[in-house]
Amino acid sequence: MDESKRVRTLLELADDELVVGWRDSEWTGIAPTLEEDVAFSSIAQNEIGHARAAYELAARELGTTADELAFDRSPGEYLCSPLVQLRLLDWAQAIARRYLYEQADRARIEALMRSDDELVAGLAAKMDREEVYHRMHAELWAERLRDEPRFREAIDELQPYLDAERGSGTPLFTDLWEEMTSVRRSAPGAEW
Amino acid sequence: MVTPDAVWAALERVPDPEIPVISLVDLGVVRDVRLDGDRVSVTLAPTFLGCPALAAMQRAVEARLAEIGAVPSVEIAQGDAWTTDRITPAGREKLRAAGFAPPAPRAADAPSLVQLQSKAFRCPYCGSAETLLENIFGPTPCRSIRYCERCRQPFEQFKTL
Repeated sequence: MDESKRVRTLLELADDELVVGWRDSEWTGIAPTLEEDVAFSSIAQNEIGHARAAYELAARELGTTADELAFDRSPGEYLCSPLVQLRLLDWAQAIARRYLYEQADRARIEALMRSDDELVAGLAAKMDREEVYHRMHAELWAERLRDEPRFREAIDELQPYLDAERGSGTPLFTDLWEEMTSVRRSAPGAEW
Repeated sequence: MVTPDAVWAALERVPDPEIPVISLVDLGVVRDVRLDGDRVSVTLAPTFLGCPALAAMQRAVEARLAEIGAVPSVEIAQGDAWTTDRITPAGREKLRAAGFAPPAPRAADAPSLVQLQSKAFRCPYCGSAETLLENIFGPTPCRSIRYCERCRQPFEQFKTL
């Protein structure tokens, strides 16, 4: 894999996982059942862990750190899908996003597992072991809700965001970025 | 003089930060130990990528090795170096005795919902296989929640990774 393509692949992956983890974590404490509160929180923790691992690989190549890549870039520089950027506080939509995201993520991870880059393939294989559980969660819900009009509408409504071009130069992302980086920006250079 | 035996004995005294009944050696995360005089380098494999215990493990290993007179360096293995099959038989038994059902062995295929909903998981308290999946997710990324219909206890089941 040539270097700039490798970095771009890792940043797309990391930015998606960081931002979807951030959005999923918005359900912590307010999900409709305790069971889902635990599930969304745990999935969010995994996704952000995956983001960190992918940022670390990219950071080595770019001579920077995972934290700097996650939080110190300008709001226009992120490469995440518009799907993960949406703030969805409607349960049918939140589940529809998890389902759409996990399907797309699965295809990506399976392709990366076949990469001739040993570190990228190894990371993808490790992520895949954990993502299996996210997919089960999404599929369980999709099965339960498949005849619910609200869920079907949410899928139709969100699909275009998954298909849209990656990038972060939108007011939607700027709001998210302000919030996501506020603590880090409040004390530049601090050792946390 | 630091010996390999002394290093392994020291590592066996490092508990998992979240489940202290089991050591890092039992957990199978110690991937490599190299000695060069008093310099000891240890490679640890991460369990779950989002597990915050890894940094604590790293610091605890450094502290234990320093106690036996070693100059430690701890590295984190890259890639797909750990699965729950790395947990030793002794480690599995310690988990069970502490009320955590050990992970099912990995099969050729990835774990599936059908498998998790089957009666293949035993209650760590009473041994009954009459257990139900309550939640794929639990208090930490590595665990699910099940319920034993015989002794009417919820329990934590290690995910197979």
